[in-house]
Amino acid sequence: MSLTLAIALGHLRRRKRQTIVSLLGVALGVGFFIAIAALMRGFQTYFVQQVIDVAPHVVMKDEFRSPDLQPAELAFAGGAVAVRGVRPREAVRGIREAGAKIEAIEAIRGVAVAPVLRGPVLFRYGARDVAVSLAGIDPVRERRVTNIEKDMTAGRLEDLRATANGVIVGIGVAQRLGASVGDTVIAVAPSGVTTSFRIVGLIETGVTALDEREAYVLLRLAQVILDRPNVINQIRIRLDDVRQAEPLARRLEAVFGYRTESWEESNRNVLALFVIQNAIMFSVVGAILLVAAFGIYTIISQVVHEKARDIAILKSLGFRAGDIQAIFLLEGAIVGLAGAVVGWAVGYGLIEVLAQIRFQSAGGPLRGREGFILAREAWTYLAGGGFALAAAMVAAFVPARKASRLNPVEIVRGAA
Amino acid sequence: MTALIAAENVSRILPGPQPVALVREVSLAVRPGEFVAVTGPSGSGKSSLLYLLGLLDRPTEGRILLEGKDTARMSDDALAAARLARLGFVFQFHFLLPEFTTLDNVLIPMRRLGRLSEREQQTRAKALLEALGLADAAGKYPEQLSGGMRQRVAIARALANDPAVILADEPTGNLDTKNASAVFDIFAALVGSGGRSVVVVTHDQELAARATRQVRLVDGRITYDSAAAVA
Ligand SMILES: Nc1ncnc2c1ncn2[C@@H]1O[C@H](COP(=O)(O)OP(=O)(O)O)[C@@H](O)[C@H]1O
Ligand SMILES: [Mg+2]
Repeated sequence: MSLTLAIALGHLRRRKRQTIVSLLGVALGVGFFIAIAALMRGFQTYFVQQVIDVAPHVVMKDEFRSPDLQPAELAFAGGAVAVRGVRPREAVRGIREAGAKIEAIEAIRGVAVAPVLRGPVLFRYGARDVAVSLAGIDPVRERRVTNIEKDMTAGRLEDLRATANGVIVGIGVAQRLGASVGDTVIAVAPSGVTTSFRIVGLIETGVTALDEREAYVLLRLAQVILDRPNVINQIRIRLDDVRQAEPLARRLEAVFGYRTESWEESNRNVLALFVIQNAIMFSVVGAILLVAAFGIYTIISQVVHEKARDIAILKSLGFRAGDIQAIFLLEGAIVGLAGAVVGWAVGYGLIEVLAQIRFQSAGGPLRGREGFILAREAWTYLAGGGFALAAAMVAAFVPARKASRLNPVEIVRGAA
Repeated sequence: MTALIAAENVSRILPGPQPVALVREVSLAVRPGEFVAVTGPSGSGKSSLLYLLGLLDRPTEGRILLEGKDTARMSDDALAAARLARLGFVFQFHFLLPEFTTLDNVLIPMRRLGRLSEREQQTRAKALLEALGLADAAGKYPEQLSGGMRQRVAIARALANDPAVILADEPTGNLDTKNASAVFDIFAALVGSGGRSVVVVTHDQELAARATRQVRLVDGRITYDSAAAVA
């Protein structure tokens, strides 16, 4: 064992109780950090994964960020003309020259594209009406863009082709209609067109808002019922590298002008919430570690004060200022490290306890799950340990430097 | 022969609105094999002189030479290294580290210096303890020892790295006559056995007479030096 370590341990052993209290302070900070991080990161990653899995990464819509300029504004450009109360012309406008755009986007590497025509339709089954968002899809392409097949609880995507007028509905839609696979529902479009669809599959994404609203038919069929032949109003895109979604969306919007949203933009409010959650988590842990660091500062200051004689004798024996500083920094590091290790155990234990807790979530993106989603990530252990060690070293630094500067002559004189 | 440690016209003045002169214009060269006893009234600057000779303090005037080398230009770390390898301190109070056993206290300077292997360190530390009659105390903690034993442990620790000079500040101040006499026997044996020197501050004239050289300090100045008187 190194001499510095032996001296440092000797000091700490003399104040066991104080050392243990500070050590536990550090351990609590680290343990809570690991547990809270597992809880929050677990939910956040699960949520993001759900979103990324279910929805396309990028969607181009037949909308513009700013409304079209009105003729009056064009005619008097720069003049004091304001046109108020402008309403969108039509619900389903369509993306112009969609075929060419799809081809252009598809040429980008690591990108899959699917055209969609989406529009509001009323489903009627018996006496029940349910408003759905009908999506006309190309099954072959759609499969490459969204993961709807994974979420199908009944039927297959191919059944859309195999069955005439087949429709796949969200499980919530089916429940509200009281219909199930094999039943025929009547679809009423805003234009008044009425068609009968046969339910060939069910989808459960876990996101209630989707499950209670979505319905999928073949693109061609949607174009007929919505009365928009050859028109599509969404281009859905999936990327191999999901992190490229936002830059790609910005680029496509700049080139084509249509509003193009990445999954990050569509979920911006939730993601912002995560940032706040994380900030709160780090603040709480920071506060705990601050208290622990203060404890360490107190102990080491006391040791330096009480051990002034020993410091003087070590210096007279030939220890350099740096050697003395190292002793007390090491004491901080020992408390910090030991606290981190105990904290790892505390954090691990807390996670296991949380993992045992069972409950039913009523709905939302957690529907169907019976407990907490916990992310067991190695980095939280490293980060927690790193914070603890850093806090301990900072706390030890001031008293350690004071110790290194003690003048042995003054102390020896004072003692004699 | 070069002095092991020498003060040349050294003064140590504490700065302040009313400067205090601890040591004034002292010249003292300690040659190998010398056993120097420094006496003088309380407050005459004996301890201050010892801190200067021991490189724990720096003079405000004059210079301290360690084996012919001017220490004024050495860094604090270099002075610490010189203390570690060439000097040994014994204070009036034993100043042992309470967390360490007798043996470990003696090992501390050796471990810091790291010149010997761990085995050699153990062997040497045990030999030192035995030479000082402390063989049975090796595993004991300072609080389990008598005052005389503690002081002998401190001497053993001062000898750990085989220093050229031992500096002792009233090492017998807290000891009874028998133990005090034993400590002086040890010092006498140290100088007798080779090129080592001892500088010891004492109040006891009888013990001082057993040294090979007597120096008297009054008011920070040397008023008597037996070496100078003979010359
Ligand atoms: N920090 C200080 N401030 C003022 N006076 C001091 C200080 N340190 C020592 N002295 C004085 O310097 C003189 C020399 O002290 P010291 O070297 O300890 O003498 P001795 O060891 O011979 O008793 C004493 O009068 C002491 O009171
Ligand atoms: Mg004194």
